[in-house]
Amino acid sequence: MNVFDIIGPIMIGPSSSHTAGAVALGRVANKVMNQVAPVQVRIELSGSFAHTYKGHGTDRALMAGIMGYKSYSEEIRDALTIAKQRGINYEFVPTDIPGAHPNTARIHIKGENGEECTVEGASIGGGNIRVDYINGMRVDFTGEHNTILVLHRDKPGLIAAVTNLMKEKYKEVNIGNFRLSRPVKGGEAMMTIEIDGLPPQGMIDDMRGIENVMNVLLIRAV
Amino acid sequence: MLLYQTIEELLAAAAAQNKKISEIVLADQAAQMEKTEQEVYAQMEQSFDVMCDSVLQGQDPNQRSTSGLTGGEGFKMKSYSERTQGGLSGVFMTRAMSRALAVSGCNAAMGKIVATPTAGSCGILPGCLVSLYEDKKMEKKDIVMSIFTAAAFGIVIAQRACLAGAQGGCQAECGSAAGMAAAALVELQGGTPQQAADACAIAIANQLGLVCDPVAGLVEIPCIKRNVSGVMIAFSSADMALAGIRSEIPVDECIDSMGEVGSALPASLRETALGGLASTPTGMKLKEQVFGPAPR
Repeated sequence: MNVFDIIGPIMIGPSSSHTAGAVALGRVANKVMNQVAPVQVRIELSGSFAHTYKGHGTDRALMAGIMGYKSYSEEIRDALTIAKQRGINYEFVPTDIPGAHPNTARIHIKGENGEECTVEGASIGGGNIRVDYINGMRVDFTGEHNTILVLHRDKPGLIAAVTNLMKEKYKEVNIGNFRLSRPVKGGEAMMTIEIDGLPPQGMIDDMRGIENVMNVLLIRAV
Repeated sequence: MLLYQTIEELLAAAAAQNKKISEIVLADQAAQMEKTEQEVYAQMEQSFDVMCDSVLQGQDPNQRSTSGLTGGEGFKMKSYSERTQGGLSGVFMTRAMSRALAVSGCNAAMGKIVATPTAGSCGILPGCLVSLYEDKKMEKKDIVMSIFTAAAFGIVIAQRACLAGAQGGCQAECGSAAGMAAAALVELQGGTPQQAADACAIAIANQLGLVCDPVAGLVEIPCIKRNVSGVMIAFSSADMALAGIRSEIPVDECIDSMGEVGSALPASLRETALGGLASTPTGMKLKEQVFGPAPR
């Protein structure tokens, strides 16, 4: 903890959990869409988010994050108008996600060429978040560190192929946390790799080149 | 390296080096973040600049909160101060009150603020420090430095107790902010580190037990006005300490006590909007006005 955890963040009000944290969740979805412009956004809100999202501007904050704005961007206030101007159809659906954290949002996005993504996560206080699911796959990261998501086919030796690349070619990379999610044996799987610092130039592209890796995304620390 | 586990540690380090608390904290933070002191100072200066901007933005007469429940309080207080030449509390204090209202209102209206330490208590430090800067013409450098003292006290509070209303009630948010501000004010007035510690202790003691009971769960009622109380308590606590009035209970023990009281508060009084002002008939009616009838 340092002085800027106490004096900060600089943010658009009114609530670090319901506004700043919501922007951060939206930004994760923005990163997962990987530069593809969204055309259809459907956001399910659970718990306290479902009851108070209008008064806290949670809806605007989520949309702002989805469009790539940050928790201190003045555009958050007008995010719904900006979304309309960009031709994004959006809807907010209060719901109950059983067992979810009280401030949980599930974001579904369709892109201009039919790409889709789903991000589910919670705002856990002080603007901090925890991402729980991406495209239905269990993940667990906070966005405090730079996080690499590797979507791949579940094949033997693939984890070694990815980590060996990091070890052999990019020696300075240090993994702080690693998680594998594999809903079905032999199907699609996802590695969540939190690293210290930014990945070196070229590493993400090299990872994409590994056989049976379908996509690699970098979620920069918020 | 400082551990920030006790205020006692900060006082001892300041005494050993014969420096202000802010000076040892800036040096320590630069070392911990592996940055230069200039870089860390510049980042804090940016935070202070945002505080000044929030004051300006928040004094807009047309300000309304997102829910429509509040707005324009900063402007009203500023006009009153001018019209009455300081009302009952004097020009300096009424202007400080107007700044606290302005920044809290800015937050409720989705303006840009610095969470100090939280969004709910974001008006207290600016209410105190921007007032010394603009009305007492203190040097900006001294003001920015004093925020390091405030922040160091905040880190100790966070580690020994907590800063979140959901965990410790309003005393953890506005109480902590007032304690942090009081310490900064003492340093700015040339008081000793011990006097800064006493001021923080007095401010916390004066808000011990304050519950978090936001109407409709929003950071507006009573949060905005409690930021004004926080400013008044910060100034009076700093003045008491500067006058040589000691806190009989040492600051670290006051902080521990706040933590204990926070844990003893029922959930209904910790930001759930189920008790206190939030569950009054009018509080419930206002909630319905914003969010519609409660689902059953």
